[in-house]
Amino acid sequence: MCRIGAVKSKKRMHPSIALKLMQSQQEGHDDSGFAFVMQDLGGIFENYKELPLLSMAATVEGTRLAEDILREIGFSRVMQWSPEINNQKGLKIEAMPNYIFEVLQYPRSFKHATKQEKEELLIDTAIKIRKTLEEAKAGYIYSFWPDVLTLKEIGSPKDIGIYFNLWEGNADLTAGIITAQCRQNTNYDIVRYAAHPFFLEGYTGLANGENTFFEKNRDYQQKLYKGYIGFESDSQCLLYTLHYIRKILKWPLKYFKHTITPLSYDEITTRKDREILLRIKASLANLEINGPNTFLAVTPEKELLCVCDSKKLRPVVIGKNKDTVIMTSEVAGLNDIMPERDADIYPNERETIIVKDDLTIERWLQ
Amino acid sequence: MASINVNELQKSDLPWIIEYDESKCIQCGKCTAACSFNAISPCVEFRKSNSINSPDRKFEKVLVIKQNISLDNYCRGCGMCSNVCPNGAIKAVRNKDDKYSVAYRAQKADSFKKGGRSNLNTEGRTLDKIKIGRISQMTDPSLDAQRHTFELRTPFGRVLKADKLNFDTCGEVLYETTSLPPVSWIYPIIFGDMSIGAVSWRMWEAVAIATAYLNEVMGIPVRMCTGEGGIPTKLLKSRYAKYMILQIASGHFGWNRILKAMPDMTEDPAGIIIKIGQGAKPGDGGLLQASKVARYVQEIRGVPKADLLSPPTHQGLYSIEESVQKMFLSMNAAFNFKVPVAVKVAASVTSVSVYNNLLRDPYNIVGGFFLDGLAAGTGAAHEISLNHTGHPITSKLRDCYLTAVKQGRQGEIPLFAGGGLGQTGSFAADAFKLICLGANGVFTGSMLLETAGCVGSDTGKCNACNTGLCPAGIAAQNDNLVKRLDVDKVAQNIVNYILATDIELKKLMAPIGCSSLPIGRSDALITVDKHISNRLDIQYAC
Repeated sequence: MCRIGAVKSKKRMHPSIALKLMQSQQEGHDDSGFAFVMQDLGGIFENYKELPLLSMAATVEGTRLAEDILREIGFSRVMQWSPEINNQKGLKIEAMPNYIFEVLQYPRSFKHATKQEKEELLIDTAIKIRKTLEEAKAGYIYSFWPDVLTLKEIGSPKDIGIYFNLWEGNADLTAGIITAQCRQNTNYDIVRYAAHPFFLEGYTGLANGENTFFEKNRDYQQKLYKGYIGFESDSQCLLYTLHYIRKILKWPLKYFKHTITPLSYDEITTRKDREILLRIKASLANLEINGPNTFLAVTPEKELLCVCDSKKLRPVVIGKNKDTVIMTSEVAGLNDIMPERDADIYPNERETIIVKDDLTIERWLQ
Repeated sequence: MASINVNELQKSDLPWIIEYDESKCIQCGKCTAACSFNAISPCVEFRKSNSINSPDRKFEKVLVIKQNISLDNYCRGCGMCSNVCPNGAIKAVRNKDDKYSVAYRAQKADSFKKGGRSNLNTEGRTLDKIKIGRISQMTDPSLDAQRHTFELRTPFGRVLKADKLNFDTCGEVLYETTSLPPVSWIYPIIFGDMSIGAVSWRMWEAVAIATAYLNEVMGIPVRMCTGEGGIPTKLLKSRYAKYMILQIASGHFGWNRILKAMPDMTEDPAGIIIKIGQGAKPGDGGLLQASKVARYVQEIRGVPKADLLSPPTHQGLYSIEESVQKMFLSMNAAFNFKVPVAVKVAASVTSVSVYNNLLRDPYNIVGGFFLDGLAAGTGAAHEISLNHTGHPITSKLRDCYLTAVKQGRQGEIPLFAGGGLGQTGSFAADAFKLICLGANGVFTGSMLLETAGCVGSDTGKCNACNTGLCPAGIAAQNDNLVKRLDVDKVAQNIVNYILATDIELKKLMAPIGCSSLPIGRSDALITVDKHISNRLDIQYAC
C-alpha cells in the first residue's frame, strides 16, 4: 500500500519535510522508490515563476535529444540547477546519469502568445520529449510547467534522500507546496513513471489506492485528451479525471467527486440537482472509480484537495497548525513533523476537503 | 413374405418413441388427456388368450395406449404422459435414428417449422469457457456481497459525451441549457420480448405481474418488452405502463390500438424498441401460425385468423439513414422525445456497421442497441433458419463495444445483449460476463419460460411452441392448455428467480471489488481457450 503526503505552508519548505513525513510510514517498504513534486517554488527558482521549468532524468543521449527538441522549437535556457550528488557506496538507488532542472524562456514567436497558447506549447513539447526518450530508452520527463519541480527515483527513500542531499534543509530548494509518495504502485512494474505524484498542466495528483475500474478509466481517457498518456499506474486516471473536469469541461471542482464516486440513483433522485447529477453519472460513467482509494491533489489555484472512495477503504488524516496544513496517509507521519496542531480531520467517504491558498479548510459534502 | 409400404411414415421414423408397460397401466386415461399433441390414443388390441400351441382359437380384447404415427400428431417428447401417470407405465424415449424432418419435407413440400432454440449447438458455449478470474485480495480487498451496498442500475437512452451536454455554470453550480435525450436508469435485465400470441395471455400476464411486483414491492427496476403483438389497452392506460417497453416490428401488430390509446395514457412507457431482426432467425420476420391466432390475439392485433408473417424488413425503409430519420424520429416524436427509442437487431457479421452508423447519427435519437445472438429462442421459425442462420452473441457484443472504445464513444448508445443466456443453468454468470465484455445489460425470454415450467430443451425435446399446443400452457392458445398455467405461481417464480439473480450478481461483483456494474471490465475475465482469449481480448489462463 502506498503512503502519500501533501504539505502546504505559508513558509517555504525544503523537501526534507517530505522525507520526514514519510519516514515513519514506511513500514514494510519495498524500496520501490520516492518521488515528490514541489510547487509555488522559492529559493533559486523564486524569480522564474512565469517561465517553464523542465524536470527530467536522462542518459547523456537522452539529455541531448531533449535539448535538441527544445532548441528546435525555439526554447532558450535561462537557468539550470542540478542536485548535489552524494554517491556513497551501498546506497539502494537506481540512479540515472543526469538530473535536469532547467528554466526555459518561451520561443520568440510566443512573445505575445496567450496563456492558452503557451500551455498548449508546453504540453505538446512535453509529449514530444517523452515519446523521443521512450523510443531511445534514454530517460524520463516528469514535468514541464512554470513553478513546478519533480523528482522521482527508484530505491530506498532514505538512500534517495542521501543521494540527493535532501535530508538537510537548503534555502535554495524550497516550495510552498510539496507532495510526496514513499512507495510506488508495486502491483505493476516498478518504473519511474509509475511513481506518484503525477503532474499534468498545473494539476498534481497522488493516490493511495487500487482503482478496480482502471481498465474502464484508461480505455475512455485515452481518447479524451492528448495529455492522457502513460497509464503506468491505475492512479493516474484520477489525476486525468480531475484535469478533464476542471481544465477541459471547466466544471466547478465539486463535480469531480460526483464523477469519480457518483451517488446512487436513489440518493440522487431526492436532490434538487438530480437532473445534472444523473447526466454526469451517465455521461462520465467510464470515469467512475471503484476499489479502495484516497486521492490527494494540487490545483493550479494552489489549493490542496482530498477525496476518498465511496466506501472509505483507505486511510487519510489532515492536520493543521497556524501556517501549515498536512494531508497524509497515517497519523504517525503527522505526529513526527507537526506534533503541535489543531484537531485532526478524518474525511468521510462523501467529503471533498479543500485547503485554500490562505490555508482555510473547507469540507464539502457531496 | 409380408408386405410393407416402406414409403409411409413409420413409428421408427418419429423423433420420440412411446414406451408403454401394459402391466403397470390402470387405464385411468390421464396420459391421453394430458397429451396436447394427440400423439397417443387408447385403443383395443385383439390377442390370442390361450396357449399358442392350442388348436382352439380364443381371443381377448385388451385396452392399451398406442403411439399415433402421423406427420401432424406425433410425440414431441414433452413428457406430460409420464408426468401424469400414477404408475410410471408410459414414457417417451428419444429415437436416435429419427427421420421425421426428412419425412415431413418429403411429404409436405414445405419448410419444417418449430419453436424453441436451435438444436444443433455446433458452436458450443463461449460463455461457459470464461471465468471471473481477477479476484480482489489483499491490495484491493474484495467487497462483501451481503454487507456492502451495490448499485445495479444501468442507463437506458442516448448518453451524450460530457462536452456535448452544454452545461453552463452559475457560480459553483451547473445547469442545463438545452433539452437532452431521455435517459432512464434501469435494472440490467430486461424481460423480452415475447408477444401476446407467441406466448399465452397467462404467460404474458405473469411476466407483466412479475415486472410490476419487482418494481413496486422489491424496488428492482426491471423493464418488460411487449414483443410485437401489442399490449392490452387497460395496461397501457394504467400507471404500470411505465415499466413496459413497447415494441414495433415490421408487422406493426398492435399499434393501431396503441395509437388510439395514447391520448388516454397516464404514464409514458419505459421505452420503444424498433425490432429489425431477432437472433433465432435473422433475416426472417415474425411468424405466428394461424393455429395460435386466438380470438383475443385477433382483437389486440386487429387481424383475421390467419398465419401472421411479419416481413423480414421494415417496408419503406431502405437505409440506416432513412430509418434513423423516419422511424426513430417518428417514435421519439410520438412521446414528445421523453421516451428512449432503441433498436433490436440480430447479431450478425454486419452488426458493427449498424452500430457505428447509429453511434455517428448526428441527431442522437437512438437510445439503445439490443443485440440478439443465435442461441435465442423463438415462438416459431423455419427449422432451417433456426439451425443454420445467426451469429453467436459474445464476440459480436464485444466487437460492438470495442468499436465504440476505439472511437471513445463507449456507453453513448447502451448495449444490451441476449440470446441463450442461462442455457446451461447460470443466468447471472452469463449476464455478468457479458456486462464485463461491454454490455450495459441483458435481455431474456427463454429464462422466463424455464421458470414457468417449459418442458422443452435445446436438444429437441418438445420445441412445439409454434403449434399452439404447448403442453405447459406457456406458448399455447388453446383454452384448456392455457389453464394449465398458474399465473400467480409463474409470476412468483419469475420474481424469485430475479431475486436469486440479484444475489448472484452481487456475489460476482463483490470479489472483483466493484460496487457498481462492471461494464467493460474485461480485465476481470479469463478464459481457458486461446482462441476465445484472442478474439475477445481477455486474458488466457491455463
